[in-house]
Amino acid sequence: MKKSIVTMLVAVVTLVFAGAAASDTMSLRGGQPIEDDSKAPAKAKMVIKEGGLERSFKTAPPSVPHKIDKEQINLKVNTCMKCHSAETYKKEKAPQAGKDGSHYLDRNGKKTAKVAARRYFCNQCHTPQVDKAPLVENTFQGAK
Amino acid sequence: MKNGTVRLLVIGVILGIILWGGFNTALEVTNTEQFCISCHEMEATVYQELQDTPHYTNRTGVRATCPDCHVPKEWIHKIVRKIKASNEIYHKILGTIDTPEKFEAKRMQLAQNVWKSMKSTDSRECRNCHAFDSMDFDKQEARSVNKHEEMEEAGEAHDASSKEGRTCIDCHKGIAHQLPDGFDPAWNSPGE
Repeated sequence: MKKSIVTMLVAVVTLVFAGAAASDTMSLRGGQPIEDDSKAPAKAKMVIKEGGLERSFKTAPPSVPHKIDKEQINLKVNTCMKCHSAETYKKEKAPQAGKDGSHYLDRNGKKTAKVAARRYFCNQCHTPQVDKAPLVENTFQGAK
Repeated sequence: MKNGTVRLLVIGVILGIILWGGFNTALEVTNTEQFCISCHEMEATVYQELQDTPHYTNRTGVRATCPDCHVPKEWIHKIVRKIKASNEIYHKILGTIDTPEKFEAKRMQLAQNVWKSMKSTDSRECRNCHAFDSMDFDKQEARSVNKHEEMEEAGEAHDASSKEGRTCIDCHKGIAHQLPDGFDPAWNSPGE
């Protein structure tokens, strides 16, 4: 008798909690069934800002304040260096890539003539930005 | 006698129309994208690369095909280009670039040929569509406006020497096809 009461209680409590969880929890994909194609997010404009974008924290790689969709970074060429290389940045009025020399060092600390292989893919760290609110609220404050 | 002259004239006119019309039609057939990419040398390489660029697919749906950039519009220049193209047929027969590897090995030379000819014509084929007069500088990025305004002023003053006779191709290489191995990006940034 006592055992069956406990079992029933446990069952009721479980049901209540399961019900509450099912109604309250919402995944980031919303009410989208998992087998359906997800809807494309609303398009956002690329941020183009003269003078550059503010960094999130002191040592953050600066974001790209212009479009880069026509640039080529491949085995043959890196067209970012049209404006950001040591020889061209002045006349193009562009910031120099790794002006402290950090981008011209190989892994053994030896100086390289061209941008070092491990820094070659600019957009691994430097990315263009879109004008959009973050998906999740974020209170991060970097050390200024 | 008089009758014979008229007859000859009529035959001459009709024959003229047929021959000239036929010549022109044949010329136009060789001036289509379909004709250009009927050779795999063009279809498998430069045509594939073109498809990733704004000259092929873009917001407004205006497309530039091979001859728009590579064949002049004016008759006399067009004929000159068509005669020069016999060299392309010669190398097609020789098989100079009939594999992707051969093409890649020659890409720098081929690209430089095109850059040189575009430079020598003041980028005439670019300007068939892209005229400074039709550019809305308000809709361009600041970094583009500064340079285009400079170039337009230099062009108006007919003072090509002030900007070393610069023209579209001096900054806009590799916009429709991949750049060759060994290309220095600084080549797209002509000096002051």
